[in-house]
Amino acid sequence: MSTLAAPWIILFSPLVAAAVILFVGRFSKPLSAGLAIASAALGCVLSWWMFFQPDPTEPNQFPWIEIGDALRIPIGVTIDHLSKVMLVVVTTIATLVFTYSVGYMKTEEGYWRYFAGLSLFLFSMLGIVLADNFLMMFIFWELVGLSSYILIGHYFKKDAAADASKQAFIVNRVGDFGFLLGILFLWAATGTLMFGELTTSGIAVFSANPVYLTVACVLVFCGTVGKSAQMPLHVWLPNSMEGPTPVSSLLHAATMVAAGVYMLARIFPILEAAPHALDVIAWIGGITCFAAALMATQQDDIKRILAYSTISQLGYMVLGIASAATPDVPMFHLFTHACFKCLLFLCAGSVIVGMHHEQNIWKMGALKNKMPFTFLAMVVGGLALSGCPLFSGYYSKDLIIGWAVVKYPLLGWLSVATAGLTAFYTVRMLAVVFLGKPRDDHAKHAVESPLVMLVPLACLALPSFAAGWPFIEDKFFHIEEAPGVPHILHPILLVLFAVGVMSAFFLYRNADKDPISIPFFANRLYIDDLYNWIVKNIQGGGASVLSWADRWVVDLLIVQVPSKIAWAGGFVLRFLQIGNIQAYAFFFGAGVVGLLYLLIFR
Amino acid sequence: MPTLAHYLFVSGGLFAIGLLGVLLRRNILIIFMGLELMLNAANLSLVAFSRFHPGHDGLPGYSAQVFVFFIITVAAAEVAVGLAIIVALFRAKQTTHVEDLDTLKF
Amino acid sequence: MQLALFWVFAILTLLFGAGVVVFRSPVSSAMSLVMSFVGLAALFVTLDAFFIAVVQVLVYAGAVMVLFLFIIMLLDLRTEGRRPVKLAAWAGGGMVLVGFLSALTKVVFSLPEAAQTKPDLPLPGVNDVAQVGFALFRNFNLPFQIIGVLLLVATIGVVVLSRRELK
Repeated sequence: MSTLAAPWIILFSPLVAAAVILFVGRFSKPLSAGLAIASAALGCVLSWWMFFQPDPTEPNQFPWIEIGDALRIPIGVTIDHLSKVMLVVVTTIATLVFTYSVGYMKTEEGYWRYFAGLSLFLFSMLGIVLADNFLMMFIFWELVGLSSYILIGHYFKKDAAADASKQAFIVNRVGDFGFLLGILFLWAATGTLMFGELTTSGIAVFSANPVYLTVACVLVFCGTVGKSAQMPLHVWLPNSMEGPTPVSSLLHAATMVAAGVYMLARIFPILEAAPHALDVIAWIGGITCFAAALMATQQDDIKRILAYSTISQLGYMVLGIASAATPDVPMFHLFTHACFKCLLFLCAGSVIVGMHHEQNIWKMGALKNKMPFTFLAMVVGGLALSGCPLFSGYYSKDLIIGWAVVKYPLLGWLSVATAGLTAFYTVRMLAVVFLGKPRDDHAKHAVESPLVMLVPLACLALPSFAAGWPFIEDKFFHIEEAPGVPHILHPILLVLFAVGVMSAFFLYRNADKDPISIPFFANRLYIDDLYNWIVKNIQGGGASVLSWADRWVVDLLIVQVPSKIAWAGGFVLRFLQIGNIQAYAFFFGAGVVGLLYLLIFR
Repeated sequence: MPTLAHYLFVSGGLFAIGLLGVLLRRNILIIFMGLELMLNAANLSLVAFSRFHPGHDGLPGYSAQVFVFFIITVAAAEVAVGLAIIVALFRAKQTTHVEDLDTLKF
Repeated sequence: MQLALFWVFAILTLLFGAGVVVFRSPVSSAMSLVMSFVGLAALFVTLDAFFIAVVQVLVYAGAVMVLFLFIIMLLDLRTEGRRPVKLAAWAGGGMVLVGFLSALTKVVFSLPEAAQTKPDLPLPGVNDVAQVGFALFRNFNLPFQIIGVLLLVATIGVVVLSRRELK
C-alpha cells in the first residue's frame, strides 16, 4: 500500500458501495448496511494509517480537462496536513454514524436507499476533502448537496420532508452561484484553479488589484454561506432536520456543513491577502454565531435546538477563519465540534427512538432514569458544547474567542456573550428532556436504545471529552494563542458559563412549560417569514409577468403570427398549382428565357 | 460554304419547333416527340462546334462527338422508360391527353 | 455545292420537324419525325461526323421510331379531333418562342467566329470512327461504363413499369 493509492481507495470505496447497494441492497438489509459500514471502515483505517505517514511530495493526479494552456484541470488529490486531519474526522465519524444507523433505521422504510445515500454522501464529502483544484471541489460540493437532498427527503411521502429537501437544495443554489462566480473570477485572473498554484504564486497576481481579489474572495465565501448555513442563507439547516437523525448528525452537524469552513481553510493564504474580504467573513460569522444562539434558546424541537446550535458553532468557525493567524484554529474547533455535535445528535436520536419519534422536548422529561447511558453521553456532549473546562469545546471555542477579541473586539465580545447563551440553551434542553417529571405517556414508558446505538455514543463521548486536551491537540494541530488576549477574558467566560448553566438549570428543572416566552426568538427573528413573503410576492409577481409574456409575446407574436403568415403565403401560392403539365412547361420555358436574357443583356 | 451561324440557326430553329410542340400539343406522345427534337437540336450544335473548332492537330473536337453519342444513348433510355410510363398511364387513365391528367391540381 | 446541300437538308429537317407539331395523326407525326432525323443525319455528314450520322439513323430513325410506332399501334391512337384552340397557350408558347429566337439571334451575331467557314481537315480521309472510338475508350471510359449501367437500369425499369398488375 502506498500513499499514492490509498487516497483513491478511500475516495472510491464508498461510491462502489453505493452502486452495489443500489442494485442488490433491496434484497437484504444486513448486506446493504454491511457494505456501507465496510466501505466507511476501510476508509477510516486507511485514513488513520495515512495520518501517520509523511506527506507525499509528488502530485497525485490524472489529466482531465486540457484546453491548450488556458485551462488545465486534472483530477487529483491533495494530501497535506489539513486534508489528512479532515479525512480522519470524516471517515471516523461516518463509520460510527453508519453503525448507529443500523439500530436507528431498523424499523424504517427505504433501508437500502438510506445506506446508498449515506455512502454516496461519504464519497462526495471525501471528494471535497481530497480535491486539489476548485473545479473538482465544486463538483463534489454539488454532489454533497445532491446527497443531502436525497437524505433530507428520505421520508419523501411527508410534505415537510419533501419541502425541506427542496429548500435545502434551492438555498444552496444561491450560495453556489456565488461560489462558481468566485471560482471563475479567480481563474480569469490567474489562469489556474489548482489550490497549490493559487495559494503560492497566484496571490502575486492580485497585489496590483486588491479590490478584485476581495470581490472574488467574497464570492467564493458565498459558497460557505450556503453550505455552512451562515446568515442570511441559514434557513435550510433547521428545516433539514426533517431527515433521519443520523443524517442530521453526519451531514448537518459534523461533516457536510463544515465543508464550507474546510474550503476557507484550504484557500486561507488567499484570504489573508484580502483583508476586506476577511472583514465581511468575520461579520457574517459573528452575527450568525450570536443570532443563531438567540434562536436556539426558544426552540421546542430537540433537533432544531441542536440545529441552531450547529449554525452558531459554524459561525464561530467562520469567525475563527477571519480572525486567526492560521487555519488550524477554526479547524481545531471543527474537529472538536464534529465530535460533540455528532454525539449530541446521536443522543437526540436515541431519545427520539426511545420516545417513539416524539421530538418536542416539552413532551419528554425525567428520562435520566429510563435512559441513563444516553443521559450520560448527552451530558458529556452538552458540557463540551457549552464550554465546560476540561471538555473539548472549552479549548477550541475559547481559542477562537481569544483571537476574535483581539482582532475584532466588537464581534469578539458578541461571541463571548454567545458562549453564555450556548451554556443556557444546552442546559435548558438537557434539563427539560432528562429532569423534571414525565409530561407524556411515551416519556413514562421510554426504554434505553439497543447496544448498536450505544456503542457509537461511547466512542464519540470519549473524544468529545478529551479531544481538546493539549497533548492530543498537538498531534493534530499547531495552535498558537492569540497575542495580547485580555487577562479578564477567561474568567469572564467561566462566569458566563456558570451563569448560563445555573440559570437554565433552576429555571427549567421542574418547569412544565417554558417559563420564558420571546416570540421574536421562537419565530427565528422572522427571517423565514420574510423569505416566504419575498418568494410569494416578488418572485411570484415576476413569474406571473413572465407567464404573461410567454403567452402573449412568445406564443402569439413570435409563434402564432409567423405561422399564420406562412400559412397564408402557402394558401396564395397553391393557386399556381393548376395541374396542367403544359402550363408548367410554359413557366419553365419562360424562366429559362428570362435567365438567358439576364445572362446576355446584363 | 455554310458558316457556323447557318448551323446554329438550324439548330435553334429545330429546338424552337420542339419547344412549340411541347408547349402546344396535347397528345403526350407528340410532346415526347417534341422533346426528342429538342435533344437533337442540341446534338447539331455540338457537332457544328466540334467541326468549326478543330484542335491543335487540326482534327475536329471528338469530345463533342462523344457527348453526342452519350446524349443519343441517354435519349434512347429515356424513350424506353418514357414510353413505358405512357403505356402504364394509358392503362390507368385510358387517355394520352395532358388536359385529362390534372390530378395534381389544387 | 456544299451550301446547296446544306440548304436542302436544313430545309428538309426543319419542314419535317414542323410537320411533327402540325400533323393531327400521330402516325404522320412519327413518320415526319423520322424524315427530320434523316435530314439531321445528312447535316451531320456535311459536318464530316460520319459515325454520329450513322448512329443517328440507326438509333433514332431505326430503334426509337419503331418504339414510337409500336406504342401508337398498341394504344390504338387515332387522329385527334379538333379541339378549341387555346389562345392563352398559343400566346404563351409564342412569347417563349420569340424570346428564345431573339436571344439566339443576338448570341449568334455577337459570336466573333459565327461567320467562319469550315476549316480544312489535315488529311483528306480521316478515320472518323476510329477517332471517336479513341476518344470514347481513352478519355471517356468511366462515363461509358456508367452509361452502360444506365441502360441496364432503364431496361429493368421498363420491365417493372410494364407489368400488368402495376396500379
